[in-house]
Amino acid sequence: MRRPRWVPGAVLATSMALVVTGCGGGGGEGDGSGSGSTDAGITVFNTEPENPLIPGNTVEVGGGHVIDSLFTGLLEYNGDTAAPENAMAESIESPDSKVYTIKIKPGWKFHNDTDVKAKNFVDAWNWTAYGPNATQGASFLAPIQGYSEVHPKDPDGASGPEKAPVPTVDKMSGLKVIDDQTFEVTLAEPFSVFRTMLGYSTFKPLPDAFFTDQKAFEANPIGNGPFKFVSRVVNTDIKLTRFDGYGGEKPKYKDLTWKVYQSREAAYPDLVNNTLDFMEELPPNALAGELYKSDLGDRAIEKETLNNQTLSFPLYQEAYKNIDLRKALSMAVNREEITQQIFQGTRTPADGLLHPLLPGYKPGGQCGELCTFNPTKAKELFAKSGFTGTLKILSNTDGGHQEWATAVANSIKNTLGVEVVFEPATSFGDFRQKVNGRQMSDMFRAGWVADYPHPENFLTPLYSTGASSNDGEYSNPAVDAKLKEADTAPTEAEGIAKYLEAEKMILEDMPSIPLWTQNTVAGKSDRLKVAKLHPFRKLDITSVEVA
Amino acid sequence: MSDPTTAMSGAALTEHAGAFVTAPEGDDKQKPRGLFGDAWRELRRRPLFWISATLILVVLVMAAFPQLFTSADPNLGDLSRQRQPPSAQAWFGYDNQGYDIYARVIHGARASIVVGFLATLGVVVLGGVLGILAGFYGGWLDAICSRIADVFFGLPFVLGAIVILTTLNASGDASEAQIVSVVVISIAVLAWPVAMRIMRSAAITAKQQDYVKAARALGASGWRIITRHLLPNCLAPVLVYATIALGAFIGVEATLSYLGIGLRAPVVSWGVMINDARNYIRAAPHLLLFPAGFLTITVLAFVMLGDAVREALDPKAR
Amino acid sequence: MGRYTLRRLLQMIPVFIGTTFIIYFLVWAVPGDPFAGKCGERDCPDAYIQSMSEKFNLDDSVFVQYGKYLLNLVSGDFGETFSGVAVSELISNAYPVTLRLAVVALIVEAIIGVTAGIVTGLRKRGFLDSLVLVSTLFLISIPVFVTGYVLQLVLGLEWGIINPTVSSDATIGELIVPGFVLASLSMAYVARLTRASIAENRRADYVRTAVAKGLTQRRVVGIHMLRNSAIPVITFLGTDLGSFMGGAIVTEGIFNIPGIGGLIFKSIQFKEGATVTGLVVLLVLVYLLMNLLIDLAYGVLDPRIRYE
Repeated sequence: MRRPRWVPGAVLATSMALVVTGCGGGGGEGDGSGSGSTDAGITVFNTEPENPLIPGNTVEVGGGHVIDSLFTGLLEYNGDTAAPENAMAESIESPDSKVYTIKIKPGWKFHNDTDVKAKNFVDAWNWTAYGPNATQGASFLAPIQGYSEVHPKDPDGASGPEKAPVPTVDKMSGLKVIDDQTFEVTLAEPFSVFRTMLGYSTFKPLPDAFFTDQKAFEANPIGNGPFKFVSRVVNTDIKLTRFDGYGGEKPKYKDLTWKVYQSREAAYPDLVNNTLDFMEELPPNALAGELYKSDLGDRAIEKETLNNQTLSFPLYQEAYKNIDLRKALSMAVNREEITQQIFQGTRTPADGLLHPLLPGYKPGGQCGELCTFNPTKAKELFAKSGFTGTLKILSNTDGGHQEWATAVANSIKNTLGVEVVFEPATSFGDFRQKVNGRQMSDMFRAGWVADYPHPENFLTPLYSTGASSNDGEYSNPAVDAKLKEADTAPTEAEGIAKYLEAEKMILEDMPSIPLWTQNTVAGKSDRLKVAKLHPFRKLDITSVEVA
Repeated sequence: MSDPTTAMSGAALTEHAGAFVTAPEGDDKQKPRGLFGDAWRELRRRPLFWISATLILVVLVMAAFPQLFTSADPNLGDLSRQRQPPSAQAWFGYDNQGYDIYARVIHGARASIVVGFLATLGVVVLGGVLGILAGFYGGWLDAICSRIADVFFGLPFVLGAIVILTTLNASGDASEAQIVSVVVISIAVLAWPVAMRIMRSAAITAKQQDYVKAARALGASGWRIITRHLLPNCLAPVLVYATIALGAFIGVEATLSYLGIGLRAPVVSWGVMINDARNYIRAAPHLLLFPAGFLTITVLAFVMLGDAVREALDPKAR
Repeated sequence: MGRYTLRRLLQMIPVFIGTTFIIYFLVWAVPGDPFAGKCGERDCPDAYIQSMSEKFNLDDSVFVQYGKYLLNLVSGDFGETFSGVAVSELISNAYPVTLRLAVVALIVEAIIGVTAGIVTGLRKRGFLDSLVLVSTLFLISIPVFVTGYVLQLVLGLEWGIINPTVSSDATIGELIVPGFVLASLSMAYVARLTRASIAENRRADYVRTAVAKGLTQRRVVGIHMLRNSAIPVITFLGTDLGSFMGGAIVTEGIFNIPGIGGLIFKSIQFKEGATVTGLVVLLVLVYLLMNLLIDLAYGVLDPRIRYE
């Protein structure tokens, strides 16, 4: 009996069919680089946004970049100094840091050609703050009077079975629309930082179209920013194009594509061969041995960015209640060597809790000898503390923290002669969970990325008693009192001075070891004549000029 | 990545597993030595066997007594020596933390070998026991075992490994023993079906041999038949599989460590070293070269050994 | 054969349920708050956690969750990720890419492996034979990621012959080198398998008859030997295709291929249960169907096989 002849043919045909259907799926699209610089398009590195593109619900970096392109708020932070500047706001006045009268510039439009009015801001803020909307940015609106009514607390926390009561109102009493260009904000208490906060993404306006059909908005966001939405393919890219009706300074190029890569390492070769136009932070394997200098030459861009790294002590563990131990450990870390060898100079040793770019920063910092590498003094204090046993440093590894944490562990070990081990947690989520659950047995990685450029942002959320990011459970009533004084100071300048006093007090307690601040290295393609890195570690999109 | 063990054993061995069981008739003039005796004579004559056996012996000694090879401390990191290339004091140079690479490679042998060995042991024991029972008793026991094996076969190996390891690794503070056992368990749990299938098909073939029928006729209990008659004769294919699997599992450990979910600090293994070297391949290739080289040679040695053993045991080749 | 197929299809169901339930259980039910890392370095607002838990049925027992999931699955709803993206969209974007990679790898593996195997199988114990044996041993021993990195480094970054990473279109041309890397391990096995198979058949009676009849070498090998030697090789290639589609996580990671490998890895890390289970469902189905196809093909290729 003959074997049927059709079998090999069928196999061949099936595999061909598979290949052809596979081929059919990806049509290459050219990126819209036309002739002339004003019609050019650029492609920028991004990570996939974690939530639908709504300003009040976007607190992470991937979504933040896109939101910044699509929306413009009252204030923006200057691309060089990070100082707040008026964007859509014409004026923000307050006699007492409690009642703010905000006037917006006329003539600004949303991408669907409707006007931007004061009520768009008020409606957006009310929507973000409203508890049942479950936004991630709600807590930024907490200073406003009426917040606790629209966002009642869950009586037993999120994990408990009881739910938060449904709020009775959906508008905050502290927000009042005066006319199309003016609205008034009343805070629950005077808060001198409020003006600076207004540049953060949760304070951006939403068009009326959002409230009529939120689902359609999520598929096709409508903002008032320099770029308007064109298309999005999840995990691939988000395409935007210049909005010609923009009320502010229009970008000098036409198309902006935020391209999603699997990892920075995968994106880097594209940057080198000019397929990718900008990447706001180079991967570690490009920094190693300063390879980026030979790969990119003058296409590498360095800028101080508003983030720092610290090592927090779990003050709820007995061993770490000993202040001599904490000080000894801080003095045993050779910050200079680590920032040089591990980070190739892209980090600067920290000299306090505040970042040098913040207003009110004292040159030289306030930490002094406590943040300086001093093996003799460290050994002295360590002996005084009487600690015996093994120390651990805890961190997650998926953010590239393995290298420096091991180096810090080795630095302490070699200086003090005590056994120090770095213990990794595999994922950020697991690590966060243990931190939140107060299950840290030893010092753990911590750090801060500024939400807005003000010293308050680097102190209160981290070091006031019971604050949301006070993971080490540090508590000092004197510090709390000082921070409160600073919050309620009548002018911003007075407030800043008091915040600095608070910083000094905190540093004396050493609840966490300040390690370093970041001097980010970004890269651009040679198509971009000008491209600036913003202190918030993102591309300054209006600064870009295409050659 | 395709599962290295299914590739080799599933296809190539299961058909021949039965063949291993039927020992050829010995020459009338010579004294019959049995399968293993003949195999040993064959093996002794092959240079491949001696090369691989020597390599394996060296690696085993390295794993058991690292002090014989190096006196440097593998955990002493001095940043000032970062990434220095090989020199007289440090034959393999220093890595990114300033650790002595040679010392770490030598000490790393232990973790890699232990994982490979224990995982193979687990797979062979678990798979072997179930396989023999399923093959001998047949019926519903066979059906259940085969279905369960199918479930595990359907699970892509790396996916299953990632899920299991991410779950088990969730707690950050684990002792060295815990880190190693978690990896061993995940490999064993995912790879046992292969061993089971091999043993089962060997058992099925053996079951039909005359000597088993004779034993049954004489009234031997199931247990006795399994231990005295089936086991020694089904051992051959599993032995071949185990040798090759040991090499494969050492490679699997490296891949899992590369993905970041296998062994990790403070355990030192070749996979961990390769993972650490990942970002510096362009800047300092010697960070990757040495552990990768040792890994490759060790796996090669085991695979060669398995190959040589299989050729020696294969009655068809004679 | 029809009854056999039906029986196999029915047997697939418990296996399918078993595998998917295990994965679902491991990803969802294991203690671990899936929202712990979602909001950056600060805690997520309670309201957010509350509404997400409701949406994803996290307050039910795991059996109830799994049941609800299966019901949704039957109606074609693969669920959503925590960011609100439809899982089916994610999978349909990623799967064709992995499919292309798998087919490329298969073709590379088949061509190189079978050719090497035939050539060495026909003449045993020559220089070529030893060369192939040794090189296959090396290919088996070197871990996939080392091959991948070295090739990417040498061909991509240093010599510039290929693009070091694959673009999001992932055309066939770009996938050749990654396909080679993916196939490197299996290529070695195919070569050895073919070699053993050919060597075995070379001594068979029908070959002796064919040669005695005066047929040319090409005809003897091409028509008679190949058909019989091909059986174990095709079986192997078939299972390989199934396992390639299981997500070549390592290869996809190195070359930035936007396939399901990277998707799986990220989803597991972020405890995106819906995505992981959806992918596993797909992969298990593919694997089971591939197995069935191969067994049927086996029966077609070798008429001696009968199905009860």
